[in-house]
Amino acid sequence: MLAYIIRRLLYALPILIGVNLVTFALFFVVNTPDDMARMQLGVKRVTPEAIQKWKAERGYDKPLLVNAEASGLAMMTETIFFQKSVRMFVGDFGHAEDGRDIAREIGSRTGPSLAIALPTFILSLIVTVSFALTLAFFRATAFDFWGVVLCVAMMSISGLFYIIGGQYLISKVWRLVPISGYGTGLEAWRFLVLPVLIGVISGIGSSTRWYRTIFLEEVSKDYVRTARAKGLPETLVFFRHILRNALIPILTGIVVVIPLLFMGSLLTESFFGIPGLGSYTIDAINAQDFAVVRSMVFIGSVLYIVGLILTDISYTLVDPRIRFE
Amino acid sequence: MMGFQIVVLWSDMLIWLLVAAGIGVGVLIAKTPPLLTAWRRVGANRVGMASATVLLAFILVGLFDSLHYRAALDGKPGQKVQYAVEVLSALDALATPLRTRSEKTYSEPFATRLYAKETVDVPGRDSVREYPRLKYGGRHLGEHEDEVAADAAFTAFRAGVLALLGWLALAGMAAAVVGRDSVIGWQRIWRGETAFAWNAVLVTLGLILLGVVPLFWLSGQYHVFGTDKVGQDVLYQVLKSVRTGLIIGLVTTLVMLPMAVLLGIVAGYFRGWVDDVIQYIYTVLNSIPSVLLIAAAVLMMQVVIDTHPQWFSTAAERADLRLLALCFILGITSWTGLCRLLRGETLKLRELEYIQAAQAFGVSSWRIIIRHILPNLMHIVIIALVMDFSGLVLAEAVLSYVGIGVDPTMTSFGTMINNARMELGREPAVWWSLVAAFAAMFILVLAANLFADAVRDAFDPRAV
Repeated sequence: MLAYIIRRLLYALPILIGVNLVTFALFFVVNTPDDMARMQLGVKRVTPEAIQKWKAERGYDKPLLVNAEASGLAMMTETIFFQKSVRMFVGDFGHAEDGRDIAREIGSRTGPSLAIALPTFILSLIVTVSFALTLAFFRATAFDFWGVVLCVAMMSISGLFYIIGGQYLISKVWRLVPISGYGTGLEAWRFLVLPVLIGVISGIGSSTRWYRTIFLEEVSKDYVRTARAKGLPETLVFFRHILRNALIPILTGIVVVIPLLFMGSLLTESFFGIPGLGSYTIDAINAQDFAVVRSMVFIGSVLYIVGLILTDISYTLVDPRIRFE
Repeated sequence: MMGFQIVVLWSDMLIWLLVAAGIGVGVLIAKTPPLLTAWRRVGANRVGMASATVLLAFILVGLFDSLHYRAALDGKPGQKVQYAVEVLSALDALATPLRTRSEKTYSEPFATRLYAKETVDVPGRDSVREYPRLKYGGRHLGEHEDEVAADAAFTAFRAGVLALLGWLALAGMAAAVVGRDSVIGWQRIWRGETAFAWNAVLVTLGLILLGVVPLFWLSGQYHVFGTDKVGQDVLYQVLKSVRTGLIIGLVTTLVMLPMAVLLGIVAGYFRGWVDDVIQYIYTVLNSIPSVLLIAAAVLMMQVVIDTHPQWFSTAAERADLRLLALCFILGITSWTGLCRLLRGETLKLRELEYIQAAQAFGVSSWRIIIRHILPNLMHIVIIALVMDFSGLVLAEAVLSYVGIGVDPTMTSFGTMINNARMELGREPAVWWSLVAAFAAMFILVLAANLFADAVRDAFDPRAV
């Protein structure tokens, strides 16, 4: 098992290097640091000196890949590629435009992100799986039909509508919870209820439909027919056999998103003013803070790759037919 | 008759290219019996055909909005003709009243007075603060301002009768097509005996006409959906947004399709190092969360656009190119899923006997791919295309909110929502822009989703 995990981690390394190269190409080759400086400084203040100063402050004044002026190892390390891209592997993300250390900022913002993302994730899973199970239980009835219609309608509504509508109705008209903001300690729940609720509701449509198909696929399998032929009551067939087997693809399918929960949600966090990583990313995009966006791309990829590894491991754990090879 | 100069934007070209491609594919399908049977199954699906009718209505609006021109300016005779800087479309020309009759600021749907109070000089008295009358909305009412409801209802009724007559004519034509004479055709349509779901199409068409004709009529006298902050008619903005949404949904697939199909088939067919390289590329791209990859790419695109202002002669051109760049970026980030599907399917296909036989006969690899593999993958491609459309339309709104969507000067559902969302906080709330944008988007996406389901059911019988 351990050997399997180590091998899986080693497979991930070339992919991470690839991600790193893509971000490097995107941020430094498509546009030169000079272009970025011009954009950041604005039209009025662009002088060659100002551009030089801007680049020097951020360490963008070095050559891209190879430093011909330096000697020995410094030829490789005194470059933008090494300083800005390679050092991300050890968690050194450099500084944001406002001078703060990005790594520390990320550390302090994962808490609020998780406070929203984790309850949303767990509650959605419970709600959608039970809803899908109910629909599958009453399959081919009017209830199932209208349930699917509801799901299709719900997934056709823009995610923005759920947020804007929910904020308007619950916070502005009914005044139940504050519209946005974030608190610490026990008072925090008042700020968390609405984003979590909206997150759960906006995910119902597509997930329920997806899980329902998984359940229905399971219903038509041979072992289910055997169970029925034995004379088992339908409820027992459903909860003892179908539910358990259908949960395998459902659970292994969602493992991949668990690490990404740390990143939080861009939309929810920015609408509700949660000081998490999602709103950090949005602020960085709006302020055109290239260093922060670059770091978030890298971290997001790392978390996704971790998720893939966890998925593989979870497959082997739940399905004994898959061997660690 | 005023002169005009035809302007062809890049996105227009792609849209019309797509129309041509659609017709080409249609001809191809008509010649391929298995695909034709599948599409016949789509045609028999009532929900599918009803949603297709709605989609066609949207596409029609989008196509009208994709014929651009610059109007000639009034000049002295004998002088060289000058053209306006503003690029207009055929839709703009049709909706001239909507486009030009702007109020000062917000006004509610069917309002006759402005949303905000203003200081008005009243002859004989001093200036007073009151809600001024709108310049255009309900102007024909004159003194009888309180008769809006009765007047609007009457106009809507008249338009509805007209719509009904038009619908009857269309239904009569359909009946004549279906049966030997209209009466028999009529009976067959309503009993659902036709292979093509004529009844669903006609009912939907009737509903669309009943909605659109009164809307069109009323919009000449009122601002049916109200006006926005700068007094522009919201209905006009909704109409303009349709094209943006369609382009995002359609052109993106045009970008990603060649890449996904080619790389997927090549990886699955040749295997070996080709497969390894292609798998590596899409695993890497897939590993980057798509919103972040899009954000990074759009940020860089903005830098390119900002540092090269000399590339664009008009603002419309710049917005247009930015829209296309966005489609391109969305395409780059979304081809991986389809590519993986096609690779897996090709791996299975290449082991089949008829392909092994073709290889044994010495048929070249590319010939095998084009003649034997590609046609057998078409159903996956078609399903993926229709499934992606609705997601892309929804994504546009989110991306525009995040600030990495279309150009802020370009009307789209995303920019409409983005501009209107703070206005809910006003007292009384300004809800109409938001509701109109969300409602139009909902109808478009719902129709696309239902159509996608119909197509998937027809092409993939295993799907539940």
